[in-house]
Order: sequence, then C-alpha cells, then structure tokens
Amino acid sequence: MIFWLLGGLTIGTALMVVLSKHPVRSVLFLVLTFFMITANYVLMNAQFIAIVNIIVYAGAIMVLFLFVLMLLNLNKTNEPKGSILMTFGAVIAAGGLLTVLVAAIRDAVLAPTMIDANSENAGLVENLGELLFTKYVLPFEVSSILFIAAMVGAVLLAKRDKQTQE
Amino acid sequence: MLLATLFESGVDIKHYMILATALFVIGVFGVLYRKNAIILLMCIELMLNAVNLLLVAFSTYFGQADGQLFVFFIMVVAAAEATVGLSILVLVYRNLRTTDIRLFNKLKN
Repeated sequence: MIFWLLGGLTIGTALMVVLSKHPVRSVLFLVLTFFMITANYVLMNAQFIAIVNIIVYAGAIMVLFLFVLMLLNLNKTNEPKGSILMTFGAVIAAGGLLTVLVAAIRDAVLAPTMIDANSENAGLVENLGELLFTKYVLPFEVSSILFIAAMVGAVLLAKRDKQTQE
Repeated sequence: MLLATLFESGVDIKHYMILATALFVIGVFGVLYRKNAIILLMCIELMLNAVNLLLVAFSTYFGQADGQLFVFFIMVVAAAEATVGLSILVLVYRNLRTTDIRLFNKLKN
C-alpha cells in the first residue's frame, strides 16, 4: 500500500528533522519531508499544489534557511543543548497533545464524500486559476501587499545594521 | 476514477487526519525540545505543512478546490514569515553571536 509507505516515510523524516543534532542535516531532512508531502499531494491528484510545494518550499524557503545556516557558520559543536527536565517536559506535552487529538479524531463523525465526475479536475491549474481570480481575488491582492510589506521589512532589517556601523 | 480508487482502497480520510496530526505534533515537539532558533522556525514550517496536508486531503475528499487555494495562501504567508524571521535572526546573531533561544530573554530590558 503506497499510502502507508509514504506516511511512514513522512513521519520518519519529520522526526529526523527534530532529532538530528546537526542543523544542516536538519534542513536537508526537512527538504526530504517536503518531497514526501508533495508525493502525498500527487497521490490525492492535487497537481498544482504539488508543483508549487516543490518550487516554493523545497526550492525557495529551504534554500533560504540553508544560506542563513551557512552564513552564521552554525555546526554541531556550538549547537545549544537543553536540560533533561525540558526534554522530559517536551515529550510529555507532545505525547499528551497527540493522544488527545487522535482520541478526538477517532470519535469524529464525518460527512460522506462528495466525489463526482468533476472532482477529478479540482486540483488542476485551470480550475484553480479560475477560482483564484474570481472568488478569491481579494485575498490574492491582499497577499501581494503582505509580500511587499515583508520585502520592505527584510530590506530595512538588513540595512539598518550598516547605517549604525558608519 | 483515480480519487474513488484512493478512498476505496482502504485509505480513509481519517488516516490523513491522523497523519497530519502526527506531523503537527512532531512540529510542536520540535519547538519545545530544540534550542536553536533557526530549527524552531523550521518546526513552524513543519506545522504549517501538516495543516496544508490536511486542507488538501479534505479538499480532495469533498471534491472542492477551495481548500487547495487556502494552501496557496498559507504558502504565501509562510514565505513572508520565513523572510522576516530569518532576517531578524541574522540581526540577533550579529549582536549576541548565538542563536540560542534562551538568550533572547535579554530583549526584556
């Protein structure tokens, strides 16, 4: 069963992100996790989201993280370590959250699926583009303002340091 | 019918819900366990991706494209958040020479 294989690999690589001590190895495992999630999208016939996930997450955001890690020259020796008490608390908190959520999901009553002949095309770029520029055109424009604000913020943060040095 | 075969081959929507929950909890565990601020940002990305996976699963389950557009907007917000967060971290590293999250409480005064 391909779902079980993919799900197991997704959870395994995600655990390796958290557990591996080397930050660069952590980033590379996160890229692997994103590829596994992309494979899940392909399995669910969400082709546009699958491609965008590879391009934006694995391609852009993770390369940004990798550049920052290499710029700051972080490695295993100066990796900060937590106390044993904090580790114990984190395990208890995460385990409790997982137990509660899975118990809640197990008892959930779901509406029946509504797959018909048209839902094969729901994830294709033609259908998504039409919906994006009609029903969701306002959030689309607002997100462009958000991007400009983020870009200006990043440039400002990078530049202010140079001015104080002079 | 590709989707019908996926959901009739024993894979329920609840399997995807549990998979996304597990990914989200791994992200929460990472935020609590790791002390490197860059890894914390990566764990937040992991949590966002768990939500994305659940949105796409429900979008496929109900045969509507709206969920996949929400995923698109979440990606936009994640990209903006990563840019600003990483540039702040680089600034903090220049001042403190570390990315240990416990030293950031010096910001208090």
